[in-house]
Amino acid sequence: MAELNSKVPKGPLTSKWSHYKDHQNLVNPSNKRKLDIIIVGTGLAGSAAAASLGEMGFNVKIFCYQDSPRRAHSIAAQGGINAAKNYPNDGDSIYRLFYDTIKGGDYRARESNVYRLAEVSNNIIDQCVAQGVPFAREYGGSLENRSFGGAQVSRTFFARGQTGQQLLLGSYGALSRQIKLGTVKLYDRHEMMDVVLVDGKARGIIARDLVTGKLERHFGHAVVIATGGYGNVFYLSTNAMGSNTSAIWQIFKKGAWFANPCFTQIHPTCIPVHGDYQSKLTLMSESLRNDGRIWVPKRKEDAEAHRQGKLKANDITEENRDYFLERRYPAFGNLVPRDVASRAAKERCDAGFGAGSTGLAVFLDFRESIGRLGKHVIEERYGNLFQMYEKIVDENPYENPMMIYPAVHYTMGGTWVDYELQTSVTGLFAAGEANFSDHGANRLGASALMQGLADGYFVLPYTIQNYLAGEIRVARMSTDKAEFAEAERGVQTRLEKLMAVKGTRSVDHFHKELGKIMWEYVGMARNEAGLKKAIELIRKLRAEFWKDVKIPGTMQELNTELEKANRVADFLELGELLAYDALNRNESCGGHFREEYQTDEGECKRNDEDYKYVAAWEYKAEGEFILHKEPLDYEEIEVKQRVYK
Amino acid sequence: MDLTLKIWRQKDAKSAGKFVTYPLKNISPNCSFLEMLDILNEQLIQKTEEPVVFDHDCREGICGMCSLYINGRPHGPDDAVTACQLHMRKFSNGDTIVIEPWRARPFPVIKDLMVDRSAFDKIIQEGGYISVNTGGAAEANNILVGRENSELAMDAAACIGCGACVAACKNASAMLFVSAKVSQFALLPQGQVEAKQRVKKMVRMMDELGFGNCTNTYACEAECPKLISRSNIARMNREFMCAKVI
Ligand SMILES: Cc1cc2nc3c(=O)[nH]c(=O)nc-3n(C[C@H](O)[C@H](O)[C@H](O)COP(=O)(O)OP(=O)(O)OC[C@H]3O[C@@H](n4cnc5c(N)ncnc54)[C@H](O)[C@@H]3O)c2cc1C
Ligand code: SF4
Ligand code: FES
Repeated sequence: MAELNSKVPKGPLTSKWSHYKDHQNLVNPSNKRKLDIIIVGTGLAGSAAAASLGEMGFNVKIFCYQDSPRRAHSIAAQGGINAAKNYPNDGDSIYRLFYDTIKGGDYRARESNVYRLAEVSNNIIDQCVAQGVPFAREYGGSLENRSFGGAQVSRTFFARGQTGQQLLLGSYGALSRQIKLGTVKLYDRHEMMDVVLVDGKARGIIARDLVTGKLERHFGHAVVIATGGYGNVFYLSTNAMGSNTSAIWQIFKKGAWFANPCFTQIHPTCIPVHGDYQSKLTLMSESLRNDGRIWVPKRKEDAEAHRQGKLKANDITEENRDYFLERRYPAFGNLVPRDVASRAAKERCDAGFGAGSTGLAVFLDFRESIGRLGKHVIEERYGNLFQMYEKIVDENPYENPMMIYPAVHYTMGGTWVDYELQTSVTGLFAAGEANFSDHGANRLGASALMQGLADGYFVLPYTIQNYLAGEIRVARMSTDKAEFAEAERGVQTRLEKLMAVKGTRSVDHFHKELGKIMWEYVGMARNEAGLKKAIELIRKLRAEFWKDVKIPGTMQELNTELEKANRVADFLELGELLAYDALNRNESCGGHFREEYQTDEGECKRNDEDYKYVAAWEYKAEGEFILHKEPLDYEEIEVKQRVYK
Repeated sequence: MDLTLKIWRQKDAKSAGKFVTYPLKNISPNCSFLEMLDILNEQLIQKTEEPVVFDHDCREGICGMCSLYINGRPHGPDDAVTACQLHMRKFSNGDTIVIEPWRARPFPVIKDLMVDRSAFDKIIQEGGYISVNTGGAAEANNILVGRENSELAMDAAACIGCGACVAACKNASAMLFVSAKVSQFALLPQGQVEAKQRVKKMVRMMDELGFGNCTNTYACEAECPKLISRSNIARMNREFMCAKVI
């Protein structure tokens, strides 16, 4: 089995990346044309990588399951993207962005990767502006910034409440340009079903054309997985309906280790759940916490009355409101990191102070800021979010405080990668939310867009080239090769097996059941007994799924139920690994909160002695995983308890 | 509430389609339109019938994937929302709801309510970008953009590429979509260098793909979920004239 080697370059932290670039191997232009790269995913990470590698002269094939690359879920990111430009002159720097990211991640991320991320953050803004991304601007014409959780500086660039959309349309434009030039070939409405290994190296994929149902074989000298996060293992999340774990789960089974699966992020400000028909949860951007104040009633009887519809939020007087974040964390107030804010909201609701018909909601109030700044300023800043809230909830948030509750949002865990973003399988790379690399146990707001674009524009183009420099003598392989045929047969067998179950219950039924188990036992607060129970319940549910799932139609046609079933089958395996990892990690850190390990004040109690490592899991057989530990050595940063008080 | 749904069912691109009527009971007014279809599909699956196929992904009005023509209007009766953001409280108990796919020649039906909108990608490939390679960018604040223009560019850039404008137009014109992209770059200094080429190529491709002409009815603007303004069309026409003259 492969050694766990993170390949972090030697030398001082600040010069590792420039040293790497100065000494990496290059591929000359005539050889680039002979090298094929497969990229799965057209989100920020995938489209940026494809565009950049295409510009360099490589042959790229790119895949997405939607009807257009522009629909990748990066499109939904609202709040913004971080960079260390220090335009507001408030003391920001590359070092400070690096430091905040490591601290925000509760000291569970790799120093060298995070430093590189902070280093290239400024190039990203330059690149996007050159592409015509319409970032918000000051009256003088320069770029505007705002603040986000976990930072005391304003370093977040934004395009209204649609930052992800504008960044993605920028990289989609760059990608479209390469498609027109013929360096990149697009396969939309295609789903990756498996990776193909030849002599231990990734050499292609098996994809399913979702319109015809046909399986296809595609060769690549290298394969990049940029398929986003796996939050939908909880069924309800802020992810898109099609977001899945299948690509990273299939490569996991072929030897690409899965790191820190239990590091999942629950976002504090989402619209609360309202009914069992609900299919997804809608995020209200973190940026709202800049101007909104979070509170619950101070008196239980007021909370009770609000739940019964007898008392309106606006009728609760100032002295009877508990601004619990400002109370508990005066230094950061409403801008504490997400994990901290989410847990604090849960704590209040569990204690009986929650509002709304379910009692699972807290208020996000703009009364004070509307009074101070005027309604038009709030409208300019958050207009589309307020409109979205009103459409869903049917209540005017300019007049009544919003009701919000935490929801699953982002997955810090993912495919283990080394400094070059290469997985434990040679020639197989992972980028964006799909990898585990930069956010440790908790991601700061506005840092995922930064990471996706950093990986795609500024890291992979170098590191893949370094790898491919050693592959120039490998000729394009025929997909008639036995390895391709065998991989295709595997996929075919699995799909046939799914179709053959012919049970009685829909795919959604199983997905919802899995979501309930995950939220109850592997959600915001976890404990040993609950995690063991979850593992047992998931196993049972998985067995039932394979006995009782019902999929109408056939596999030789467009079949959305089969697509869903294939994804849910993988979630049913991933859920177990997630619980395993959470059980193994006997500490609380970032988004991973084990009730057994908390301070007297209810904060995370880390155990650096025993758990200052990345948990990289190797697949052995269904439900059997082997743990490899990558120790985390902090040379630059002193590891401390995270304090936001 | 109880509803009667008349839904367009079509096996694949080659088959003929037809409306099929489905009664649906007990729908909560807080349910979204797509969740209502989920409930229908769950019932169809229970009866071992094929569920109704429709495009959707983000379910929060931003990916542009959902594309339903509801009671004669793209994205349905509410203003400034996509079908996924439409809620059943906009309907009443006892309503009959007719659901069709986008109908436009450049958007052929794939199955049921799902259509092929790759024509939009082809138009963007012609020039819906600024030709700058990765790594070749100057310091961001060297390019100053006045706030007014930057806001107008953002208004245009908010287009989600859903195609409702085409579906709403009696000529199946894509002018609103194309002009939104052309406008975004026409309003920004970064877009000036390629401006003339961009508008010419994008308009040529739009015509080649079979989208119709604009006859100034502006159903597109009325139905656009992102409130993209018809003034973008005027701006594009201006850009196009200039590009041809010089
Ligand atoms: C509602 C919301 C708001 C957010 N707001 C912010 C924010 O303000 N700031 C911030 O920094 N981050 C934010 N995030 C996080 C951030 O948007 C994501 O982490 C990031 O965009 C992920 O990008 P990606 O390229 O890794 O993946 P995605 O954009 O998710 O793209 C995944 C791609 O993979 C493809 N794909 C997936 N599976 C397969 C398969 N099996 N076969 C073929 N193709 C496949 C999809 O088609 C898609 O093209 C937000 C996230 C959400 C959900
Ligand atoms: S202009 Fe409006 S209706 Fe047309 S594609 Fe864009 S968002 Fe959709
Ligand atoms: S599903 Fe994304 S816009 Fe409707």
